[in-house]
Amino acid sequence: MEPLISITGEPLDRNALVGAVSHPSVGGIAVFEGVVRDHARGKEVHYLEYDVYPEMAIKQIRTIIDEAQRRWGAERVAVAHRIGRLEIGETSVIVVVATPHRAEAFEACRYIIDTLKTSVPIWKKEVATSGEEWVEG
Amino acid sequence: MRYFASLREIVGLNEELLTLPEGASVSDARLMLLSRYPRLQPIMERSACSVNHGYVSSETTLQEGDEIVFIPPVGGGSSGGPAAWNH
Repeated sequence: MEPLISITGEPLDRNALVGAVSHPSVGGIAVFEGVVRDHARGKEVHYLEYDVYPEMAIKQIRTIIDEAQRRWGAERVAVAHRIGRLEIGETSVIVVVATPHRAEAFEACRYIIDTLKTSVPIWKKEVATSGEEWVEG
Repeated sequence: MRYFASLREIVGLNEELLTLPEGASVSDARLMLLSRYPRLQPIMERSACSVNHGYVSSETTLQEGDEIVFIPPVGGGSSGGPAAWNH
């Protein structure tokens, strides 16, 4: 299937993404879900604000998924990232990988989320009780 | 030029047109921005650059109509595990 990539201001729908990658040939589905945490580096986080360079982010995510397909044969992948203001406990990112066997699903899923975090132009600003700051690395 | 995240907050614009001499490079664009917005200095030192949605080096020559974006460090948080995967 064509990878499903979405960047949206709306809440993410995990079940829809799992449904999109499901297929009779699939034996395992790995889901990574990133959730907004209430603390970071000793600060109490009030909420997060995500910014994105959309055209480039979609292109970079596509490149990452293509690499995961090449390395692990992960043919059924969905990636969704939410932007804008997110409250504690809300889901910011979901990566879903479906493969015939579980090992490839785990590895491809981890590769995609780790690489996404370091190379895709999506930024987060932590708004804490003590002030706000764009997070680097 | 388009601005995102911390750069957008410092510049106070989403985008603007930059006029550079023919044959100018990404470095030249960087210098022009720094002279226009000196407060960008610290963040620009840590920023990568993209032209037309792909990462480029600072020697890259610019063409008329190119979309340039300086990309401040992206920080989605650490994996908490071993070092990131190599490409």
